[in-house]
Amino acid sequence: MRLLSGGVTLAAVLLAGAASADPDPTATLIVNDQIEIATRAPAPDHLKDVFDTVQSGWLYRTEETRALQMDDFDNPAMVFVDLGLEQWDGVDGSEGKSCASCHQGIDSMKGVRASMPKVNPAGNDLWSLENFINACRTQRMGAEEWKWNSDPMKQMTAAISLQSRGMASTIRIDGAAEPYWEQGREIYYTRYGQLELSCANCHEQNAGKMIRADHLSQGQINGFPTYRLKDSGIVSIHGRFVGCIRDTRGEPFKPGSPEFRALELYVASRGMTLPIEGLSVRH
Amino acid sequence: MLGAVAACLAAPAAAEITPTEVRFDNGAVAQSLTGVPGDPAAGAKLLSSRADANCVACHMIAAQPDVAFQGDVGPALDDVASRYSEAQLRGIVANSKLTFAGSVMPSFYKVGGHVRPGDGFTGNPAPADLGPILSAQQVEDLVAYLLTLKP
Ligand code: HEC
Ligand code: HEC
Ligand code: HEC
Repeated sequence: MRLLSGGVTLAAVLLAGAASADPDPTATLIVNDQIEIATRAPAPDHLKDVFDTVQSGWLYRTEETRALQMDDFDNPAMVFVDLGLEQWDGVDGSEGKSCASCHQGIDSMKGVRASMPKVNPAGNDLWSLENFINACRTQRMGAEEWKWNSDPMKQMTAAISLQSRGMASTIRIDGAAEPYWEQGREIYYTRYGQLELSCANCHEQNAGKMIRADHLSQGQINGFPTYRLKDSGIVSIHGRFVGCIRDTRGEPFKPGSPEFRALELYVASRGMTLPIEGLSVRH
Repeated sequence: MLGAVAACLAAPAAAEITPTEVRFDNGAVAQSLTGVPGDPAAGAKLLSSRADANCVACHMIAAQPDVAFQGDVGPALDDVASRYSEAQLRGIVANSKLTFAGSVMPSFYKVGGHVRPGDGFTGNPAPADLGPILSAQQVEDLVAYLLTLKP
């Protein structure tokens, strides 16, 4: 982001307050000239006292970065989707099965990403997509579990997430999910690290402003997994959380930890009126 | 990095006021933390250094036009010396929250009371004897520089 737009944003902030600052009020996300994905939506009820509108991180990126997400031939994340599709059909483990043996085509995963994270079948834990994948690998395939941020895991979550592209979120934040949601909210407002900064300090109080070279978005996760140009690779939701807490001179929770799964649910709920972008491109 | 800067500017340790000894009066700190006058040139550098102070992450400063990517989370620092006294500036840099309650501005000369502090930006847990983000002399250097910012 250029300094210039920082200045423009500052003016907007002074006039309108941080919450409504918007880098590009006209940009529209249309993928492959066909699929229109809303990048602005009314805030969910539980967030109404904070934001009128929730906005995708896509809106806060430069025009060049935004363009990469508008065509699957340009979107570098699609290479990882292809690798994920190979994994889907690949036999692994003592049972001699692939994902396809039971689930057939990957399109059977339609809507799955949009429902995550959710309470597990046993009803005693909150699971992210990664947990469901590993449960099938270890309990149904006799295969080893994949590490949370390993290449095969990120390829698989990429391929599965694409099946929910453009779909509305179906997460539950009440009933059995509520205690996890409460825990996640608590984490969101805790000021971590030696810099004592909470997620809210940056992504709620200062969304739309510049922090050094970065244009602060609302920190939504509807676009994950993300292809990050800086890393030339896929970044998982928990991978991003790790980076953000590390930047507070803090000690992040571990990817896959109960804390990050609860935080994932809460952050997902802050953007639950935005469709799943699967797979976004960020710088 | 911090060590190198601190070493060449080091004041006699005995004269230094430690983070827990700093006396705030309505957020302001009248007494120099080291008794050694701050170096405004060193302060200017610190202000835009990514490694430690990184004040420009959140503040714009017209006096340093060469520094790219200045943030706007906090107010611009231009003319700040006409708004605050030396004691007030020292207090703001040492622990901004005693001037601006609940501020997002970090407390640069404070130890203890952090939630999951890390060892710098490594993501590893902080050592038990984690020092403040800035040394006493670095705070003085920054204050000396901020005092030059007037119309
Ligand atoms: C010091 C400020 C800061 C803090 C504190 C912080 N972040 Fe971030 N975060 C950033 C920056 C800068 C980016 C990259 C630009 C952007 O999208 O805002 C980012 C990006 C993100 C993104 C990616 C958004 C997208 O659309 O690609 C998510 C998600 C996120 N942060 C979540 C969090 C969560 C959850 C926390 C609390 C654990 C947190 N952040 C704490 C600065 C911060
Ligand atoms: C032996 C059969 C079998 C294999 C092999 C298998 N699964 Fe499953 N999977 C199931 C069953 C049964 C369920 C639970 C019922 C359901 O939701 O379809 C399930 C559930 C899931 C879910 C949760 C769906 C939801 O809506 O909550 C995901 C995600 C998933 N599997 C992914 C995979 C992946 C990825 C692989 C390959 C690495 C795989 N599965 C291999 C049988 C299998
Ligand atoms: C994470 C963002 C952040 C960082 C980093 C930061 N500040 Fe601040 N600063 C602020 C905010 C926000 C305010 C406004 C006070 C408030 O209401 O919280 C502020 C206020 C100030 C003020 C008072 C300005 C005025 O006009 O009222 C001074 C002086 C100041 N900061 C100096 C510094 C110095 C020196 C550094 C580096 C050592 C620094 N700041 C680092 C966010 C930051």
